[in-house]
Amino acid sequence: MNKKFLLMLIGVLSFKSVHAQIVQANGSSTVYPITEAVAEEFQKEFKGKYKVTVGISGTGGGFKKFCRGESDIQNASRPILSEELENCKKANVKFIELPIAYDATVVVVNPKNDWVNEITVEELKKMWEPSAQGKVTKWKQVNPKWPDNDIKLFGAGADSGTFDYFTEAVVGKAKSSRGDYNASEDDNTLVTGISKEKNALGYLPMAYYIENKSKLKALAVISQDKSGKKNPAVLPSKETVENGKYIPLSRPIFIYVNEASLKKTEVAEFASFYVKKAPELVTAVQYVPLPSKAYDLVKTHLEKKKLGTVFNGHSEVGLKIEDLLKKESKL
Amino acid sequence: METIMASASDVENKLEPLSVLKSNLAVNVKQRKRSDFLFSLVGLMSLLFALITLLALFVDLAMTGVPRIDLAFFAEFPSRFASKAGILSAWVGTFAVMITTAFCAIPMGIAAGIYLEEYAPKNWLTRLIELNIINLAGVPSITFGLMALGLFVYKLQLGQSILTAGLTLGLLVLPIIIVTTREAIRTIPNSIREASYGLGATHWQTIQDHILPYSSGGILTGVIIALSRAIGETAPLVTIGALTFIAFLPSSPVSPEYPFLSFKWLMDSFTVMPIQMFNWISRPQAEFHVNAAATGVVLLLMTLIMNGIAIFIRYRFRKKMKW
Repeated sequence: MNKKFLLMLIGVLSFKSVHAQIVQANGSSTVYPITEAVAEEFQKEFKGKYKVTVGISGTGGGFKKFCRGESDIQNASRPILSEELENCKKANVKFIELPIAYDATVVVVNPKNDWVNEITVEELKKMWEPSAQGKVTKWKQVNPKWPDNDIKLFGAGADSGTFDYFTEAVVGKAKSSRGDYNASEDDNTLVTGISKEKNALGYLPMAYYIENKSKLKALAVISQDKSGKKNPAVLPSKETVENGKYIPLSRPIFIYVNEASLKKTEVAEFASFYVKKAPELVTAVQYVPLPSKAYDLVKTHLEKKKLGTVFNGHSEVGLKIEDLLKKESKL
Repeated sequence: METIMASASDVENKLEPLSVLKSNLAVNVKQRKRSDFLFSLVGLMSLLFALITLLALFVDLAMTGVPRIDLAFFAEFPSRFASKAGILSAWVGTFAVMITTAFCAIPMGIAAGIYLEEYAPKNWLTRLIELNIINLAGVPSITFGLMALGLFVYKLQLGQSILTAGLTLGLLVLPIIIVTTREAIRTIPNSIREASYGLGATHWQTIQDHILPYSSGGILTGVIIALSRAIGETAPLVTIGALTFIAFLPSSPVSPEYPFLSFKWLMDSFTVMPIQMFNWISRPQAEFHVNAAATGVVLLLMTLIMNGIAIFIRYRFRKKMKW
């Protein structure tokens, strides 16, 4: 232990004649754990030759910086939006879009709740749409089979990407939600709230559910085809997200790489290291990796520097991995 | 009680019939005593409430955090493995930012305080400046962050660096230093100044040899209180773009070549302890929450030690004063 202390002191006072090159990543807090893991491994691999910093400013805030050319890598929990595309164009920032993992939102209730095990997207909409505000206050109002108890809703705060995606997937329009629910930017607060309230229902990023499985009960989600046919109920799990059955509440997450930055060796090295290590590290931080076919495609995109986005400036709800692959291969 | 009533009634017995007055007074005294007692009870309850809440929070934090604190915790960079993660980049960052803050705020704050107290003419302009300084002390810290983002980061192109952070926090605590400096100077009796002038000292000599030494206890206390406020600030640093993951240290302040001192670290990116703590507490894994609690304990101890030093300095200087 004393040796370590000494090393630390030497570290603090050490002379650095060569200033190492720095890769700057910024953006979404959802993607952060993956980029952090990659950055950690990357610095170990190159033994301090390259340095990486990762900041958190949200997907939206991150894109603002990215499109001013202030960051090399942008972590994004949704595709770039039209407005942001405009900004990037104005500043002449070109980018390569790389899907790197899948993330899912889980609908959870209190473990003592014995009346609901599965829920349709329709029912979720009834609870969460803006017009439900002040009106839909009992479980019975959503489904007559459910008891006449007050319904206590918990959800993400309006600045989070989870909020954007959940509202888009359930209500049909991003950021359109009722306002009279317990909102928190801190998902741990939501976990505590739901685990203490028998009549609670809320939504969370998958990682928070996995860590708190004993305190929460996940609901199987019943989605609808475009034709109106109901799909069987699907519980969220790594498998159902990976095979595209858990829809519409799963989504791809991305990193965007500034094309100009790629000319710097450290950024180029980091980006290819990211894609190479993603399958292993994504699993390690408890996200769902894309199929290996997808990573191969992503790798070629990076190698051939395929610019632009495949999403035309808006998120797509319930995108299956095959669809993503099809989209990506068209680029 | 009888004697009080008696003496009171003696004074006023010419105005009112004694019996009426006596009973009025008895009721009055009883009532007042009761409300006196009630108030002291309310006061005590408030005090206990605040203290117990604070103590409970601290004990809770310490019980979770203290077992996690070892030397490695100070010597390791953040990591995705909670058990291997440490606060090296965070405490070095906090330290570097604090030094920069001190260099920015202390000389300017003390100079401004001396000017306002000793030199400034007492007119409407001075009063306006005074009013503004007091107002500045109450401005929410996030506002300073936004101002710094516009001014230091973009206008002056200082980037998201330690220097930007130091300047921002320096401005944030400047009003505190100015106000405490003035208050410290004001406690010095005028007779000391007059004695000094009487012996032929100039204004500056008086300040240098008498005012400053005698008020330095108060000034130092103010400085340390200001710095211990700055050490816990998060919002303005998040606004100017402090980082969350950074696994390397700023450049070294000493270099082997001439001129041996390097200020390159001022332009390096950084993170600080409250930001590291916030990042860990919002993770899903409980092990990271333990890390956050440990960081909280370290931060609290740092603040506590700084405040302790402030109290000690004040005590020492009080003892030295001989008027």
